[in-house]
Amino acid sequence: MRLRLGLPSKGRLMDQCFDWFKARGLALGRSGQAREYAAAAPGEAELDVVLMAAAEVPRELAAGRLHLGVTGTDLVRETLPDWAETVGEWARLGFGQADLVIAVPQAWIDVDTLDDLDAAAAAFRRVHGHRLRIATKYHRLVRDFLREAGVADYQLVDSQGATEAAVRNRAAEAVADITTTGETLRANHLKVLSDGLVLRSEATLFLARTAPWPEAARAARARLAQRLGLAQPDG
Amino acid sequence: MDDKARARAEGERFLAAFAAAGAVRVEADILQPAATLLDLYGEDIRARAFLTADPVRGELVLRPDFTVPVVERHMREGAEPARYCYLGEVFRRQDRAGGTRAAEYLQAGFEVFDRGDPAEAEAEVFARIAGLLAPLGLRAAVGDIGILIAAVEGLATTPARKAALRRHIWRPRRFRALIDRYAGRSPVPPARAALVAALAEGRGEALLDAAGPGTGLRTRAEVAARMAALAEDAAAPPLSAVETDLLGALLDLAAPAPAALSRLRELARDLAALAPAADRLDRRLAALADRGVAVEALGFEASYGRTSLEYYDGFVFGLYAEGRPDLPPVASGGRYDALTAALGSGPAIPAVGGVIRPGLALALAEGRA
Repeated sequence: MRLRLGLPSKGRLMDQCFDWFKARGLALGRSGQAREYAAAAPGEAELDVVLMAAAEVPRELAAGRLHLGVTGTDLVRETLPDWAETVGEWARLGFGQADLVIAVPQAWIDVDTLDDLDAAAAAFRRVHGHRLRIATKYHRLVRDFLREAGVADYQLVDSQGATEAAVRNRAAEAVADITTTGETLRANHLKVLSDGLVLRSEATLFLARTAPWPEAARAARARLAQRLGLAQPDG
Repeated sequence: MDDKARARAEGERFLAAFAAAGAVRVEADILQPAATLLDLYGEDIRARAFLTADPVRGELVLRPDFTVPVVERHMREGAEPARYCYLGEVFRRQDRAGGTRAAEYLQAGFEVFDRGDPAEAEAEVFARIAGLLAPLGLRAAVGDIGILIAAVEGLATTPARKAALRRHIWRPRRFRALIDRYAGRSPVPPARAALVAALAEGRGEALLDAAGPGTGLRTRAEVAARMAALAEDAAAPPLSAVETDLLGALLDLAAPAPAALSRLRELARDLAALAPAADRLDRRLAALADRGVAVEALGFEASYGRTSLEYYDGFVFGLYAEGRPDLPPVASGGRYDALTAALGSGPAIPAVGGVIRPGLALALAEGRA
């Protein structure tokens, strides 16, 4: 039985995925023209490779339309309620590392921790008459994180891109964004809170727990595990 | 009739009882402006309520309860004393797959706005609701957020620390962390220690200059004001062990109501600010007894209601099916004077109310729950 594997369709992340499989003796490649969103695996590999936006992989796994998929931990945890029951982490791929962090203007020398952020938010609301705004596209992750930490009097404002500029544009007072080196944050006069790490993300091979896994699919998965040198997944 | 229709009929029966007690029946829009709730409860409401939007009115919420619209209506057009009742669906979001909470269910509610005797109003709301549900043999839990507020106000510490504690009464973990910090039991974060040391050496302005121009709305003056607050806090003496022990004992207090009152009186000997709160509990228990409530069977928990919606700030109660921790309370309610102050721009109006879930009450009565 052929398994459906979803991979990111664009850029560096797609190339790194191809490299990862190739290093394990499985040469995947874009089929046909460069613009076509399909990839081919060697016939004996029992794999149908589907290319899609990394952000869509979690949903497709949850819907059971993919058996396997590569995407970031951040996207899985942001998109899927109770992600741990919906998908299983099979292998961390060692690339695509990024941290989701809370960052504030460097000029806020009084704010270094979430405790400071909370106190600053309370004072900010008194002065400005509205809650302290944090720009992000990771609403669920950031909200859960701040609730856990007991931060109040903040407001999440949606930002789907160039989030670092939100403060300068006066659309927000702080940001929660993905960063690898922190360079873009620094260039925009922002600093990461010392306890502001929401999530450490990495490209990961997930398997759908909710997809039907008939015996033939399990067998194919077992052969794939052997071929890739991965441990057999549980469940 | 299907279950929903029968739940509604059961709700109508409760409503008739509230109306007989002089309550005016009111309705509320299902779509409510989200801004009000977001300002009251913050972003957490997004995980608990259904938010939607249209391009003209902006963000809207499917009413998660009736209390806010009923208070708003009362502020707009009500004369006091006033009492209201309502019956309708409320909507709660399910953020966990496989969860069992209902996304929509009926609430039958009773709300009293009365500047008269507060103990009497609280006892009446509790007794009417408990009376309607008496055949179900429910377990009653009661608490009083006002006691915690009084304890915080009575601590021998700075107004800033009291304000911070008060603000986090409804976030128990945060509250505990603040107590530990104010008591000197948790280490000062290194960056803060360094900042406070620099301020003590008069280097505050230099640090602000070195940090460069600010971005965004928060001004240099606001940063400087918070730095001053940090310096003041660092200079404040730690909370005494006597007071933190007392607070711990208070938070852990759980006993049948009369025993809890005695314990509270004992604690008030060390923290005088608790005495008026103990008097209020005393009067409330007397008023409940006058209405035939068996107060010795009421389980009093000082921490009860701390993790529910933030608007309760005094008496709180819940009625639970015995031995069924998987079920939500069949009824709940309490005092929410502060909510009326937050929603209006004027002073608080004494307000107490409660809701019943007719669907759950009926299911329990029929052995279906």
